[in-house]
Amino acid sequence: MKRIMLYFSIGILFGITMIKSEAASWFRIYEMFQFKSFHMYGIIGAAVALGVIITQSIKRFKLRSFFGEEIQIPSKTKLVKAPLFGGVIFGLGWALTGACPGPIYVLIGAGYFPLFVVLASALLGTYCYGVLRPKLPH
Amino acid sequence: MKKQTCIARKFQHQFNLILIQLVFIYLGKIFFIMNFITEPWPWYIGGPAIAVVLFLLLFSEKQFGMSSNLRTLCAMAGAGKKTAFFNFEWRQYRWNLVVAIGAAVGGFIATSYMSDGSVGEIHQDTVLQLDTMGVHGAGKNFMPETFFGADALSNPKTLALLALGGFLVGFGTRYAGGCTSGHAISGLSNLQLQSLIAVIGFFIGGLLMNHFLLPYLL
Repeated sequence: MKRIMLYFSIGILFGITMIKSEAASWFRIYEMFQFKSFHMYGIIGAAVALGVIITQSIKRFKLRSFFGEEIQIPSKTKLVKAPLFGGVIFGLGWALTGACPGPIYVLIGAGYFPLFVVLASALLGTYCYGVLRPKLPH
Repeated sequence: MKKQTCIARKFQHQFNLILIQLVFIYLGKIFFIMNFITEPWPWYIGGPAIAVVLFLLLFSEKQFGMSSNLRTLCAMAGAGKKTAFFNFEWRQYRWNLVVAIGAAVGGFIATSYMSDGSVGEIHQDTVLQLDTMGVHGAGKNFMPETFFGADALSNPKTLALLALGGFLVGFGTRYAGGCTSGHAISGLSNLQLQSLIAVIGFFIGGLLMNHFLLPYLL
C-alpha cells in the first residue's frame, strides 16, 4: 500500500510537471519542430543531462534503492531497424496530436477529453503492432 | 593548539551560516520572484523536475517509461489469448498504471489549482503561421480549441486526425520500444545507442509531419 502511494505521488509530480512546463502543449511541440524556441530542447536537455548523472552514478557506485536493494538498470537489446522505423512512426503521430503516451493521461486529467480518442486509437495501434510483430523487420 | 581549533571552528560555523543563507536566498528567488505556483515553469525548472521523476522511479526499483502502459492495458483486456506479444504477466506492471493515474490527477491539480490561466509565450512567427493555417490561440490557450476543445469531436476531420495520430503513437512507440520518457529520457541517460537511434527517428517523423504533411492535413 505504501509503495502504491509512492508510485501515485510520483505520477502526480509527473503530471504537474507536464502541464506547468508546457511539455504537454500541442503549441509547444509544434514550435519545437519549427525550431523557433529553445524551451522544449531546454527541458529535454536538462532532464537528460541530470538523468545521465543519476543513472551513471547508480551504475558506478552500485547505489541502493529506497528499499535497500541494489538498483538494476536493464539495457535494451541492440536493435537498429525497430527503433528507427518505430521512432519515425511515433514522430509522425507526436507532431500531429502533440501527445506522447505520458501526456495523454495528463491531458485527459486536465479536462481535454478529445484525448480519449487518441488513447483509444493508441491502444489499437499497440494491438496492431503486437499482431503484426512477427512480420515486421526488427 | 586549542585556541587555533576554536578559531577554525568559529570560521567553519560562520561559513556554514553564509552557505545556508545563500541557499535560502536562491530558493526564495525561485518561489517568490517567479511566482512559481501559478505561472508556467521555465525549462530550467521543468527539465530538472523530470529528472526528479526519473530519480524517484529508479530508486523505487522501477523504470521511467509511459508507453508500456498501452501494452499492459491491451494484455489486461485479454489480447494475450490470441497474440503472443500480449501474453505476459501484466500484473507485475500494475505500478506503472498507478503512475499513469497519478499523472492524470497531477494534470487535474495543475490545471485547476496551480494556474492563473497564463501560458508561456510562443514565438511570433509560429503564432502567425498557425493563424494562417486556421489554428488559433497560440500563446493564449494551453491547447488549440480546434482539436481539443469541447466541440472538437463534432468535426469528423478532427476526429479522423486525432484517431490517426493516436494510432501512429501507439504503433510507433511499441515498435520503437519506448517513447519520449522511455527512450529520450531513460534510454539516453543510460547511454544506449538504440535510444539515440529512436530519438533521431522521432525527429525525422516529427519534422516530416510538421513541415510537409501538417500544412495539407489541417
